[in-house]
Amino acid sequence: MTFFLKMLLPRRWTGTTRDADLRRYRRIWWFSVGLTLLVSVLPLVIMAAINQRAYVRGVQAETRFEIARVLASTSRTLEFIIEERLSALKLLILERSQAELSTGDRLTTTFQNLRAAFGEFVDLGLIDASGLQVAYTGPYHLRDVNYSGQAWFNEVRVRGVHVSDVFLGYRQFPHFVIAVKHETDKGDFYILRATLNLDILSRVISIGETGRLGDVFIANQAGVLQTPSRSHGTVLEKSPLPMPPTSPRQGVIALAERSAGGVLGYAHIEKTPFVLMITAERPDRGPSWASARADLLTFLATSATLILLVVLSSLTVMVNRIRAADAHRLQALHSVEYSNKMATIGRLAASVAHEINNPLAIINEKAGLLRDVASLDEAYPHRERILNSVASIIKSVERCSNVTHRLLGFTRRLEPRLEWIDLPALLREVLEFQGKEAVHRNIEIVTDFPSDVPAIESDRGQLQQVFLNIVSNSFAALPTGGRIELALRNRPGDLVAVAVRDNGEGIAPENLRHIFEPFFSTRGEFGTGLGLSITYGLVQKLGGQIEVESELGRGTCFTVVLPVRAAESTR
Amino acid sequence: MENLRVLLVDDEEELVATLVERLTLRGIVAEAVTNGEEALRRMRDAPFDVVVADLKMPGISGLTVIERIQRDYPQTKVLLITGHGADADGLEEAAATRYTVLMKPFDIQALTERIREALQR
Repeated sequence: MTFFLKMLLPRRWTGTTRDADLRRYRRIWWFSVGLTLLVSVLPLVIMAAINQRAYVRGVQAETRFEIARVLASTSRTLEFIIEERLSALKLLILERSQAELSTGDRLTTTFQNLRAAFGEFVDLGLIDASGLQVAYTGPYHLRDVNYSGQAWFNEVRVRGVHVSDVFLGYRQFPHFVIAVKHETDKGDFYILRATLNLDILSRVISIGETGRLGDVFIANQAGVLQTPSRSHGTVLEKSPLPMPPTSPRQGVIALAERSAGGVLGYAHIEKTPFVLMITAERPDRGPSWASARADLLTFLATSATLILLVVLSSLTVMVNRIRAADAHRLQALHSVEYSNKMATIGRLAASVAHEINNPLAIINEKAGLLRDVASLDEAYPHRERILNSVASIIKSVERCSNVTHRLLGFTRRLEPRLEWIDLPALLREVLEFQGKEAVHRNIEIVTDFPSDVPAIESDRGQLQQVFLNIVSNSFAALPTGGRIELALRNRPGDLVAVAVRDNGEGIAPENLRHIFEPFFSTRGEFGTGLGLSITYGLVQKLGGQIEVESELGRGTCFTVVLPVRAAESTR
Repeated sequence: MENLRVLLVDDEEELVATLVERLTLRGIVAEAVTNGEEALRRMRDAPFDVVVADLKMPGISGLTVIERIQRDYPQTKVLLITGHGADADGLEEAAATRYTVLMKPFDIQALTERIREALQR
């Protein structure tokens, strides 16, 4: 897991580069990650949202269509069934005379036939024009009850038929009443009235409920439930749903969010106070939506994660590469600058050496002549003093000439040239450069150059530069009175190792892995951060390797491992 | 070494003059000139046994001088001396592969030995 995170997030963006550059790469990284995520994830989210809306709308339309279809068929069935019951009563009232229907036995027979044919009839009664129930057959004692004051009696007198709301009445169980009027030739009328139990309504509802819709039930105009509802109350309870408009007769309306939400289908049943109602949940509330949404969210999350992984990994790699390329370019630039500088110093040193060597030669010859003259004549005045002075002049000339030759030895030949090199001699030359500083700062120099280490084939100038860099680094790290050890060793595989060990301040572990990187410097403004990086490059060019060990407070050891025979690529 | 005639060629007049004196003290007949043209003229008058020339001089360089002498007077031995500053054009390295080159400042002993070696070749 940590490995993956390390792969995804930019590493080593601290401390190795200058702060401004670091901020620049971070900014590039954040900007490109942000932008890429924006243009890839945002459309995905928008697509998902659009998809969800389309899904909801689709389901909604389908639900509305289904509700309309069920409403149409169920309401027609209901109208038909009630019409059928009313027609049965009409048939009876036409076929039988008032006298026949008023006779209890005949009415009972008729009622029994009716029950046999339709089932749900509970009782049957004949009411005369005064509102008095003159004949009755059924489970109750309702003969001689006077209905003249009741609203339904007036209605049936005016309109000829009547279908009542469901009510409890005297009987204390829900039922409803249908009635038809018959006018006699004499201008008189009478009414045949029947009570029906709720089975008839329930049967119709059960047809509607076969679909996958939520709740099918019947309410009256006032919103009182006429059949039990699954989620809006039981019979004769007031439904919490709003009452649909009376026109159009049938429709589907959206319910307000604060009631149930979803949709309500309604159909007013002809000639009755009944309203057939169907409710359906909002499509984004149901279980099918939950599963669809879970699928969508899973897909969204997976895609987003995948995009995130790809974006992070590819952009991190990209920004790291940009940074590496920048560093490489800068290093190349500085390396060119560095070798130009070395070449300039070389030319300067050569001309200085030339200018100095000629007068030195004259001093040398003049002093030599003086010695010749003085030594040839034993009687020469102050002969001994003159000879001593001449010897000292010649010695000084020799010292000067050593300095110029050494200087030239370091600066000549920038293009590599292979030769057999006696490492102890080369290392001693390098140490001589620091000789004065060592004396002034009381630094002890220890060399361990065993004689069994062979000469190596390499480039003198580049090797000098390598060891001069390492040795001067060690000197910089050493306190007054410190100690520096140079040791030469054979290594298996035809290799030679030169270890330069100091007992200076050491390098912190977090810096140790960066010291060969260009521009890494612990000396702040004083170091270019190039010395060791160039040294590293030179050693590699010579087919060697450079190793470093360090412990804070204990010192540092640089080991340069070089092949005895130059690699083919060096030739 | 007796009756040996040596020609020293160097633009540093003081140096060649002193060298002539010191060689004379050692029984070597030496003469000095300060440029290549004069050296060649002197060779035409009377060829020397040994010519010691400075590598870098105004006018004809020491290397050219000794190359011509080698060509025209094969019996004459040649030596080069240098202030060791001519490495930029690789002249010094080129010369060192074919001739004996002495780095300035040098000991008179070293010069007489080189002259002797040259004569024995």
